[in-house]
Amino acid sequence: MNWGSFGNFTHMGGYAFYVWGSYLMALACIAGELALLARRARLAERRA
Amino acid sequence: MATEGYRLDSETSGSWLLKLAAPQAFFPVAGRMIPWFAVLAVLFALPGLYLSFFVAPTDFQQGEAYRVIFLHVPAAWMSMFLYLVMAFWAALGLILNTRLSGMMASAVAPTGAMFTFLALWSGALWGKPTWGTWWVWDARLTSELILLFLYFGFIALTNAIDDPRRADRAGAVLAIVGVVNIPIIYFSVKWWNTLHQGASVSLTRAPSMATTMLVGMLLMSLAAWMYSIAVALWRVRSIILERERDAQWVRELRGVQ
Repeated sequence: MNWGSFGNFTHMGGYAFYVWGSYLMALACIAGELALLARRARLAERRA
Repeated sequence: MATEGYRLDSETSGSWLLKLAAPQAFFPVAGRMIPWFAVLAVLFALPGLYLSFFVAPTDFQQGEAYRVIFLHVPAAWMSMFLYLVMAFWAALGLILNTRLSGMMASAVAPTGAMFTFLALWSGALWGKPTWGTWWVWDARLTSELILLFLYFGFIALTNAIDDPRRADRAGAVLAIVGVVNIPIIYFSVKWWNTLHQGASVSLTRAPSMATTMLVGMLLMSLAAWMYSIAVALWRVRSIILERERDAQWVRELRGVQ
């Protein structure tokens, strides 16, 4: 798959909103889960 | 809560597996396993994403919109698989009365809920350009939504009960009853006339998609699997510390630090 340019890649053939909307939400969920886990681990160790 | 209830004593049990079932024995082992699974998750995700976006060809019907598949299908698989894992630990805790089992079930639930949400979210964003609608109450979508509510129900129920062992037992009953939803999700596209398409990948016949697409999807699924193990182990370590904070071994751990 040769996109030609970075602009074409981000444009996703007109489906940028749907494709990137999916992957960015996944990224946000993973980042959020890791942040919550780090906070929980910190609290658990402090209170242990 | 260390003094309460039945516990597997590492002094008297013969098997290493049973020794590992003691939270104080599993705590350091889980800690050592986390980096390995985290690294594996990245090692699967990087080529998975590369195949998904730079190797897999454009779909002749859906254009680039179909690239949601590399997130959607792994998320949906994990949402069902993690529920079975959660129910397995919950049932084991109910049968054997091991403390760690309930903790494992609780450690898996939020990640399962996250993947269920992602499957629904990416499905909506995929459905809009291909079906013309974000949502439809067909059997596949509705049963997947019920799965999300089952996860929420398990988390809410176990958090609402103060005594962790009682919370584990109540949660286990809910988790086990909810297992009936998994085959309903999986076979919904066969049993009912759904807008959602049938399975493109199955164990019994050749997959109906290009090899690069299939490999990309499998790599992303393996990444999601390894990620789930890493975060569940990380979460179970916190749960162990939270529940066992009065236990002698946790005090000794604190003394060492």
